[in-house]
Amino acid sequence: MTAKPLGVRVRKGATTLSFLAPVLIGIAVFFLYPLGSAVYFSFTKFDLLSVPEWVGLDNYRRMADDPFLLQSIRNTLWMVVVLVPVRILGAIGLSMLLTQLRRGAGFFRTLFYLPALVPPVAATIAFVYLLKPGTGPVNHFLEMIGIEGPLWFNSPAWAKPSLVLLGLWAIGDLMVIFLAAVLGVPSSLYEAASLDGANAWQRFRSITLPTIRPVILFAAVTGVIYTLQYFDQAAVAGSIASGQATVGGGISSNFGFPEGSTFTYPLWLYTVGFRYSALGYANALAIGLFVVALAVTLFLLRRAKAFSGEES
Amino acid sequence: MNKRLAPALFALILLSAGCTPAPKENKIADPGTEVSGTVELWHFFTEREADAIAQVVKDFENDHPKIKVTIKAGQDDSKVTQAIGAGNGPDVGLSYSTDIVGKFCASGAWVDLKQYIDRDQVDLAKLNATTRSYTEFQGKRCAMPFLADAYGMFYNKDLFAKAGLSAPPKTLDELTAYAKKLTVKNPDGSLKTVGFLPLYDFYENSPSHLAPAVGAKWLTDDGKSAIGSDPAWKTLLTWQKNLVDWYGYDKLTKFRAGLGDEYSADNAFQKGQVAINIDAEYRLAFVKDQSPNLKYGVAPIPTSDAAHYGGGYVTGNIVGISKNAKNPEAAWELIKYLTTNDQAIVKLAGLLKNIPTTTAAINDPGLHADADFKTFIDIFTNPNSSTTPPSSSGPAYQETFGQFLNGYQSGKVKDLDAGLAEADKQINSVMTLGG
Repeated sequence: MTAKPLGVRVRKGATTLSFLAPVLIGIAVFFLYPLGSAVYFSFTKFDLLSVPEWVGLDNYRRMADDPFLLQSIRNTLWMVVVLVPVRILGAIGLSMLLTQLRRGAGFFRTLFYLPALVPPVAATIAFVYLLKPGTGPVNHFLEMIGIEGPLWFNSPAWAKPSLVLLGLWAIGDLMVIFLAAVLGVPSSLYEAASLDGANAWQRFRSITLPTIRPVILFAAVTGVIYTLQYFDQAAVAGSIASGQATVGGGISSNFGFPEGSTFTYPLWLYTVGFRYSALGYANALAIGLFVVALAVTLFLLRRAKAFSGEES
Repeated sequence: MNKRLAPALFALILLSAGCTPAPKENKIADPGTEVSGTVELWHFFTEREADAIAQVVKDFENDHPKIKVTIKAGQDDSKVTQAIGAGNGPDVGLSYSTDIVGKFCASGAWVDLKQYIDRDQVDLAKLNATTRSYTEFQGKRCAMPFLADAYGMFYNKDLFAKAGLSAPPKTLDELTAYAKKLTVKNPDGSLKTVGFLPLYDFYENSPSHLAPAVGAKWLTDDGKSAIGSDPAWKTLLTWQKNLVDWYGYDKLTKFRAGLGDEYSADNAFQKGQVAINIDAEYRLAFVKDQSPNLKYGVAPIPTSDAAHYGGGYVTGNIVGISKNAKNPEAAWELIKYLTTNDQAIVKLAGLLKNIPTTTAAINDPGLHADADFKTFIDIFTNPNSSTTPPSSSGPAYQETFGQFLNGYQSGKVKDLDAGLAEADKQINSVMTLGG
């Protein structure tokens, strides 16, 4: 086989590049440049208003001695450890139930999917008012059946579980993915297993679960990344439950209410950057978050190996 | 590392550095130069209050026919900061928070107004002293005060009468006694009506609003935290904790969880669920609008001793010129009008129900006609009134202390002295974020 002339190779390369150009430009402008900027600013003292001052590793050293960072990491980890599995288990359970329905399946699928369409801020506001002790209908109902309802978003012990409930309510996005996966399991496998005498749990464990494993992995990876960036619901719930939702404008000073229990990592990052104007440190926090998200994703992918070509 | 990656990253870093704004030098016009053109004003007000601003800006345009003002309402501090950082700041920015003064002055985001003030011979002595202090940072005046807020005490006259009380409490000990007398419990022991809800994160009960009650200092002369070294804080904290413990923290938390939003018609004071409340003069307009039948009185906040009585926390809105203003001369004309023209200030104060900031406007008989409003004007001018000092890290020091107080009032801090020392350390650390 003879090598093609140089002109042909250049032309071919240029043609390939021209087709790739839109994507490459997009990646360079919207990913590499912001990432490079964030890395650069994380080594500076920068307030968005004056010229950045190079401070070396100071911002990263500060992280080791930041009590609010520690608190925000604890809260975020709690959310990752509880919210992600609860949402995945809930979505699997719900999709399994929906596949069993003989009538009204379309109606119930729509019904359970609808909350996922509600904007997170609106959903959180509604949830806080529904669960509000004293005036909310949920505690009134619990009282009617003889149960004294908790303080929900006003209790440091219940605030995070309340956010998990909110996440569970808006489970529709995960549910449709699992529904598609569960419906995609070949029915012949179930029939063969039934003939072999497998019960429902055995069928689920030996057929459904292995088949939908790539989807579980996908839900876990995206769920962890989403929860590491958990912001809107925590910010809105804290502000409204504190009773100062409508104070002035700008950034709330009630992030984390009550007693810092809903103070997540992104809330601290945002406060540092835009309330205290310490963009350098905020960028260092953002890089930290990026590294953790990347590490967790790689860890999950390596553990499961389900996205490899032959298994997916 | 890939040989091409290092230069690429280096180029990115240079590009990032190159995209950050460089400082710009402002030169001002000679005295008497006629100013004209368009000036852009960004402010945070909305609805009724935005209409009030528009009215006064219209008056300005009538007075200065060659200047046209473009108003953008509903703009908060972060938007202004981002716009200035991107080189596209408004000519005039109006902020609701004195917390940004330190950062905006230190960074030069708002230009030093001294050159304009000197040129036009503006007499700053005509401004209230506290408002003068919170509009400058380390000797640099980059802002002017645009109306102010004074904090005092609101009390429910009907609930006072029921409890056999008439005059408002003047000392913290009296406040404790009144609070206990005014509190009504349900048969199961839960709280039905609370005399005074002392939790620090409830409505306006922030430490900054209560500090004047004991004359507490936030920062030392060298800009470090004074929380642990000023005994006044310990006085305030001990008093508050004793009252919290009398109610029971859990009971207070439960009671507070059922209360309405501060700025809604369900405000706990307006609904008679709380008998005594700390709030500012703007509450008068809310009560008039949302709870016209409420019988209430206003007074300065109770203090630890008689010598401190009469004052309160003072803060306000501030206004400045962006360093990248397109028409800084017209911007200064607008600021001068809004902050030194007594007639305009009286009109604004009347429309927005905020405290005016110039001596002549403060003494305007029209504003004194409302006795309740007059009480807040008196608090504003009282020498015992104080404000929070500007810091280049904004409100970081107040909020860090607030976090400590939330833990303290819930009983998590067993040793107050050690806790305050730790709070000092955290505050000093967080304050270095701003330089």
